[in-house]
Amino acid sequence: MSIGIVVFPGSNCDRDVRWALEGCLGHPTRFLWHEERDLSGLEAVVLPGGFSYGDYLRCGAIARFAPVLEELRRYAAAGGPVLGICNGFQVLTEMGLLPGALTRNRSLHFVCEATELIVSPGACRWLQGYSSDERISLPIAHGEGRYQVEPEVLERLEQRGQVVLRYAANPNGSLADIAGLTNEAGNVLGLMPHPERACDPILGGIDGRRLLAAIGA
Amino acid sequence: MPASPVPLFHARVQVSLRPSVLDPAGEATRAAAARLGVEGIERLRIGKAIEVALEAPDQATAQQRLELLSDRLLANPVIEDWSLDLHQAS
Repeated sequence: MSIGIVVFPGSNCDRDVRWALEGCLGHPTRFLWHEERDLSGLEAVVLPGGFSYGDYLRCGAIARFAPVLEELRRYAAAGGPVLGICNGFQVLTEMGLLPGALTRNRSLHFVCEATELIVSPGACRWLQGYSSDERISLPIAHGEGRYQVEPEVLERLEQRGQVVLRYAANPNGSLADIAGLTNEAGNVLGLMPHPERACDPILGGIDGRRLLAAIGA
Repeated sequence: MPASPVPLFHARVQVSLRPSVLDPAGEATRAAAARLGVEGIERLRIGKAIEVALEAPDQATAQQRLELLSDRLLANPVIEDWSLDLHQAS
């Protein structure tokens, strides 16, 4: 069994995710070109970071119509584990698999730094390796990471424990310090930080390992 | 008898951030306007305008297609509003 990594024109973290999963964790992967429709035999699918289709119109807006994502919608509905990192999170919100939208950072700057996060795993399948309120450090690198959603939707997300990752020090103006969200079923996770850049000790931290190792463990 | 040509419509879709959504780019531009010496700007919000030329059998069909396009692709209703200006090309 392997983990699928979607590759859009403009993806740039696809190989990092492969390195983290195969090189660091010894887990086989399969690249899924955006025009592909075959998701059979995959135990999870990752939407990596980057600038899918140049992020034209809005981040993730064009990617939503890729053939591979039509299949991914069915895959997620059937309970298949899906992880969206950075641009992948933006794609998940544009697809409507997660509510809300990621907008221009309040500072207008692209932020690239290590951030401290507070984990509330709840029912999220990807975060079962972390304890409640655990603090971890993961890198962020984005210009559009300020999460926005209607107040009534935020209230529902909070009540259902779907806000699973928060910034300890908000770097982008994100609503309620939100860094990552899961769906109601807990199989879909979208997050702005990059767990794949925190799997190899040479990069200064391995707090992302347990996240990427959650599936197929 | 030659078939009558399909009418051509011109549309302009204006996409703007919803009033409740912070517009940091608009704020930065407003600050620059003040430095330029332009006084009295109360509000400056940045949006997009999308120009579309569309063939459709009639105005109602053109309207319907453009509404779908605006609502499902050009704007993200979570953060953006849109308005549509449509007329038949002369």
